Amino acid sequence: MECVMGVVGRDFAVVAADTSAVQSILVHKTDEDKVMVLDSHKLMGASGEPGDRVQFTEYIQKNLHLYQFRNTIPLSTAATANFTRGELATALRKNPYMVNVILGGYDKDAGASLYYIDYIATLHKIDKGAFGYGSYFCLSLMDKLYHPDMTVEEAVDLIDKCIKEIRLRLVVAPQNFVIKIVDKNGAREYARRDLVGDNASVDAATTVTA
Amino acid sequence: MVGKNCFAIASDRRLGVQLQTIATDFQRVFKIHDKLYIGLSGLATDAQTLYQRLVFRHKLYQLREERDMKPETFASLVSAMLYERRFGPYFCQPVIAGLGENDEPFICTMDCIGAKELAKDFVVSGTSSESLYGACESMYKPNMEPEELFETVSQALMASVDRDCLAGWGGHVFIVTPTEVQERVVKGRMD
Repeated sequence: MECVMGVVGRDFAVVAADTSAVQSILVHKTDEDKVMVLDSHKLMGASGEPGDRVQFTEYIQKNLHLYQFRNTIPLSTAATANFTRGELATALRKNPYMVNVILGGYDKDAGASLYYIDYIATLHKIDKGAFGYGSYFCLSLMDKLYHPDMTVEEAVDLIDKCIKEIRLRLVVAPQNFVIKIVDKNGAREYARRDLVGDNASVDAATTVTA
Repeated sequence: MVGKNCFAIASDRRLGVQLQTIATDFQRVFKIHDKLYIGLSGLATDAQTLYQRLVFRHKLYQLREERDMKPETFASLVSAMLYERRFGPYFCQPVIAGLGENDEPFICTMDCIGAKELAKDFVVSGTSSESLYGACESMYKPNMEPEELFETVSQALMASVDRDCLAGWGGHVFIVTPTEVQERVVKGRMD
């Protein structure tokens, strides 16, 4: 039921994910951050087996930092994507990581880029993508509404429409989402979309969003 | 498919997970050197891994032998690498096409454990392989010039993938002659 999605706009990339941590019928927490900031200009939204997700994303993050310490320059987004794919591929036939990843990054030369890496290490550079049951609703919405060189407002509006659709149409849908953005100024959290939990507004609980 | 002193290698462009289409610009045909191409159908992750390993082996060969690999040699290399994993295979069916000695076209295909299948006219692989066999058999003529070969390959590819729900969303065709390589994207039904 976890959803991760990403969109590339004009010189920025947006990665959004739900923030529910669920085990069987119990929701442990509603503010679990699944979009990890790998370094100053990279975001990794991950979904899948909870232990694998945290372990794998932290492993990639620490290796990225190690590269930067050793070589004084950060790894590019494309290189990071290939490194991530390599780690998943190596582990695949021994002890696979059940983690799907949407990697978004900004490089001075290449601009903004987004990579789709699924749990069996299929790597593809994309403009828009999503994982999870939410993808069944989001991908066609994105196909219709996406166009190249969107502004930040347009891209976040597209993500909001996807979130609205997931909330409305997915049974046992995750309610809260986090939206993070990466552009030339760096990777940071852009917004939260909370319907339940401590940070949700009072109106959210009492009004019906259609 | 083999033509007159040239060959064509083509693939569809879909990247999908069973019923869901993830992308419509996925590359499945890779260049090894100017006169050798390999197309890898099947599991995308294994196609990517296999391609990376083959490029590595070929670069090593180039350093040692100071020349490019012949297509026949490369086919044997791919076959051996696939059979190494006999009991835990790469889920890929490669199609290899190249210009060998005296620019003689060479094509072959193999199954996922490296059983080579040489042919003089055309080879196919993938989910629409049965359709492709039929389409190629009826449209193939020996000694086609590059332009006619491109038409034939494109028509055969489009006709076959249109009958397969897991393939299609456009086509990617390479026509390789001794002097140049023409790469074209074919517009097809996006369903």
